[in-house]
Amino acid sequence: MNKKQHPRIRELKFTLSRIFRNPSAIIGFSLLFVFVTVAVLAPYIAPPKYAHNPYLMPHKGYSQTPKPPSSDNIFGTTSGQYDIFYGAVWGTRTAFKIGMFVIGVALIIGVCLGIISGYYGGIVDEIIMRVVDIIFAVPLLVLTMAIVVAFGRGLDKVMIALALVKWRDYVRVMRSSILTLRELDYVQAARVMGVSNFTIMRKHILPNGIYPVLVMASMDIGSMVIVAAFMSFIGLGAPKGYADWGQMVALARNYIVGPVDDPLKYWHAIAIPGACIVLFVLAWNLIGDALRDAFDPKQRRR
Amino acid sequence: MSKLIETIDLVTNFYTHEGVVKALDKVSLCVDHGCTFGLVGESGCGKSVTVRSMMRIIQEPGKIDGGQVLFYPGNNGSDAPIDLLQQSEATMQALRGDKISMIFQEPNAALNPIMSIGEQVAESFLFHRKKEMCQQILMDMDASISKANPLKIILNALYRLAATRPEALILRLFSKTPLLKSWENRLHKEAMRRAVEMIAKLSIPHAQDIARRYPHNLSGGMKQRIVIAIALACNPLLLIADEATSNLDVTIQAQILDLLKDLKQKVISSVLLITHDLGIVAETCDRVGVMYAGNLCEVADVKDLFNEPRHPYTRALLNAVPRFAHEGELESIEGNVPNLVNPPSGCRFHPRCRDAKSICKKAFPESTIVGNNHQVACFLYTEKSRE
Amino acid sequence: MQKIIELKNLKKHYPVLGGVFRRQVDAVKALDGIDLDIYRGECLGLVGESGCGKTTTGKAIVRLHKPTDGKIVYYPSEGDTSSGTDIARIPLKSLKQLGIRSKLQMVFQDPTTSLNPRMLIKNIIAEPLKAQRLFRGRALEDRVMELLNLVGLTKDHYLRYPHEFSGGQRQRIAVARAIATNPDFLILDEPTSALDVSVQAQILNLLHGLQLKLNLTYLFVTHHLLVVKYISHRLAVMYLGKIVEIAKTGDIFSHPHHPYTHALLSGIPVPDVEHKQQRIVLKGDVPSPLNPPPACRFHTRCPFVMDRCKTHEPILEDIGNGHRVACHRQTEVEKLVRDRFGKRTSGNKA
Repeated sequence: MNKKQHPRIRELKFTLSRIFRNPSAIIGFSLLFVFVTVAVLAPYIAPPKYAHNPYLMPHKGYSQTPKPPSSDNIFGTTSGQYDIFYGAVWGTRTAFKIGMFVIGVALIIGVCLGIISGYYGGIVDEIIMRVVDIIFAVPLLVLTMAIVVAFGRGLDKVMIALALVKWRDYVRVMRSSILTLRELDYVQAARVMGVSNFTIMRKHILPNGIYPVLVMASMDIGSMVIVAAFMSFIGLGAPKGYADWGQMVALARNYIVGPVDDPLKYWHAIAIPGACIVLFVLAWNLIGDALRDAFDPKQRRR
Repeated sequence: MSKLIETIDLVTNFYTHEGVVKALDKVSLCVDHGCTFGLVGESGCGKSVTVRSMMRIIQEPGKIDGGQVLFYPGNNGSDAPIDLLQQSEATMQALRGDKISMIFQEPNAALNPIMSIGEQVAESFLFHRKKEMCQQILMDMDASISKANPLKIILNALYRLAATRPEALILRLFSKTPLLKSWENRLHKEAMRRAVEMIAKLSIPHAQDIARRYPHNLSGGMKQRIVIAIALACNPLLLIADEATSNLDVTIQAQILDLLKDLKQKVISSVLLITHDLGIVAETCDRVGVMYAGNLCEVADVKDLFNEPRHPYTRALLNAVPRFAHEGELESIEGNVPNLVNPPSGCRFHPRCRDAKSICKKAFPESTIVGNNHQVACFLYTEKSRE
Repeated sequence: MQKIIELKNLKKHYPVLGGVFRRQVDAVKALDGIDLDIYRGECLGLVGESGCGKTTTGKAIVRLHKPTDGKIVYYPSEGDTSSGTDIARIPLKSLKQLGIRSKLQMVFQDPTTSLNPRMLIKNIIAEPLKAQRLFRGRALEDRVMELLNLVGLTKDHYLRYPHEFSGGQRQRIAVARAIATNPDFLILDEPTSALDVSVQAQILNLLHGLQLKLNLTYLFVTHHLLVVKYISHRLAVMYLGKIVEIAKTGDIFSHPHHPYTHALLSGIPVPDVEHKQQRIVLKGDVPSPLNPPPACRFHTRCPFVMDRCKTHEPILEDIGNGHRVACHRQTEVEKLVRDRFGKRTSGNKA
């Protein structure tokens, strides 16, 4: 059905052109593209040593001192002789896993609750909002730490803990979007036509109201990676030797500053995983920024 | 009647991402002293852009790319006009509100919700009439018999300075410091007094009371009247009303139109009224200009326009408006208003014109005079005048 | 003439909550007892200024607002046409099940916001058909094409987004959507107010044509008196939640009996240079519907107010030929207007 695609393709082209008008969008998407490529091609770029779990970083030996970049290890090794290059490559996959899972779950819960709360109003709205208020009172990190302490360390526990709480932001934003949309004529027209509430929410409200949430979510992917990195740094996240950027920074904890005569001797152990985190978060922030400008309702679309 | 303001070949373009919108294509119109000029047209025809170009309040991405706007402040027309497009922004700021005022469609957007009504009307006086008010205060101070004390002497000196050089550094410094800025109290009081006087002039009862209230306490019609009060505070020579009554109910609109008629005799000299409602034009205007897609199609005295419309667009427009005594179907104009990024070649109305000829596509018709002060831009008439 | 809709003492009050426990302290009386009969095949104009409740009436009939009190009776065209169903407070599901939902539809004022900007035209028009499960697949497509043709659009327009059309075309799409389920009755809520004059004529002609072709009944809500004069058979004038006068359109314009009607008519700016009459300018502003004036609501602005107007509320009385007025002085109003404001020429030409 060629004709059917045409207007949608035109729409897509128009939206893309608006997004890419912004130089920060180009930088952001390029960076993201690099990361995606690395993540997808990880098994080829850095062949796994342990077939049962590619996330275990290979290490030749147990020496605590990081070794500088050499022909064997392109980025050098970190404390415990883990190959930094391997960690950086497979860490990309971990970062995507964390970001996508946490934000994905949070989005689903947050958007659904937000739509229901905003659309129905009344007592349903009150109840949901009070629950959200309670959840807001819980600090993200403290809750995560509590859950990890209770159930044991591990990246999966961190991800679940984060997802359990992160949805609270999206509920409020979605709800405020809905409150405006609900009064628009085309929603009222749908009600007059007898369209069921669920279909109205799905076809009219969701596609038009989700933009602010999408902008928030894209920036949050980056910040979730930072939170997970922090958890790994304090030892509550990924186990030692797991290919996770935060974990790698944790490994180099004692080698941030080198010996007195050469303080930057072990720069590669911190800087490389650190740079990965920074660039990843930067990519998502730039994308979020560009999306926000592209979807800004004040700029007339047509 | 002598000219008050005229535009000559005004060209304004908007440089957008989708292309260059050629909003105004050599618009030339003229408003005389004491005349109410109605600028009619449908949405997108450029009437708002025209007046905003005249007032130099066009913003990015718009740019005035050509033409002149000649303003004749003197009453006899013999003084040289000033080209508003060449003036500095400072000169324009001094002109706006003082010699040329403008009111807009939405009174809610024109009034500051956190300032009282009186303060907002007084703002006009404070900006444009400082010197006179200072002189008034000085005269009052000289006339008062109370004992002279050091404070009074200082105040007197300050006002003397303000009456000649209100922008003096020391006055501005004083106005910014917490205690010292109270030197302006008398000035504010005088401005407020004038504001209340102005509000009362607009037949608003309990003017003193209204001056203390805030915009949200007033209804739409009242707000629009206050907006008019602010605009007319300094007795401008020209009042521009950009769809000023479109948002108001019929009975309130009736009040405002009556008010404008009343004030025209007392306070304002000329009015440039923008509207899409031909009824308002028939009732209040002396002279009418019809615009379509960035061009001025026809300009005539109001009686001539309604009784003998010449341009095909004007005729079609008059036929499409429902009237009191209407028989049969309303005539609609086929087609749609053109996109001004790619306007039609030649005469911009030709795709929708029933009388279009081959030349209408190729060339743009210049304005010709037909009858008494009646201008038309249409090839139907240029050829006749050539004969 | 057969009735299609009957409004009996229709009320819509919006509660105002206040106090610590958010109890109802006051109410905005948007509709305060409307009695109206609408007959099949007619176009009834409902006019008034902002805040008078005309839009609320229209929305109450299609149940976008749930009435606080009163009845809305719908009489079907087939079957037992003399007994109607009161749809004022039945659950919305029943409305759909009884098939009444598809019979009462609405066209909104602003064509830009009444169409979902993310939906293709074909889906917009197909939506009511899908919701009522009336057509599927190929038959659905055919029906949508048929509707497009009825409103003067072509199959080129089938696969586009609303923003690719002009205001007039969008309003045509809205009309196509409204007539999709073969309704009997359409509420037209200021359908031409957001459009240019030249396009307004197109839409009015379209609506008029469709009424004849499809045997529709219209409730035309507007504040624009000349537009409603062109298209409606009867006219009802509303003020602050009540109907003050209702009659055939010609009668309203040539022999208005209520002072407010006189004021409205005289306030119309007439596009005719010869038309010169003194305008009846009402003093003051429209009172707030939170606290409408007691007894006759118009008494605070009426130029002919007397004591009785402040204590006894006038009821709609029939003065012959289907003309009903709610005014204590209705027999003398015409003379009073002539004495105070001069001879009226509104509508006497023709």
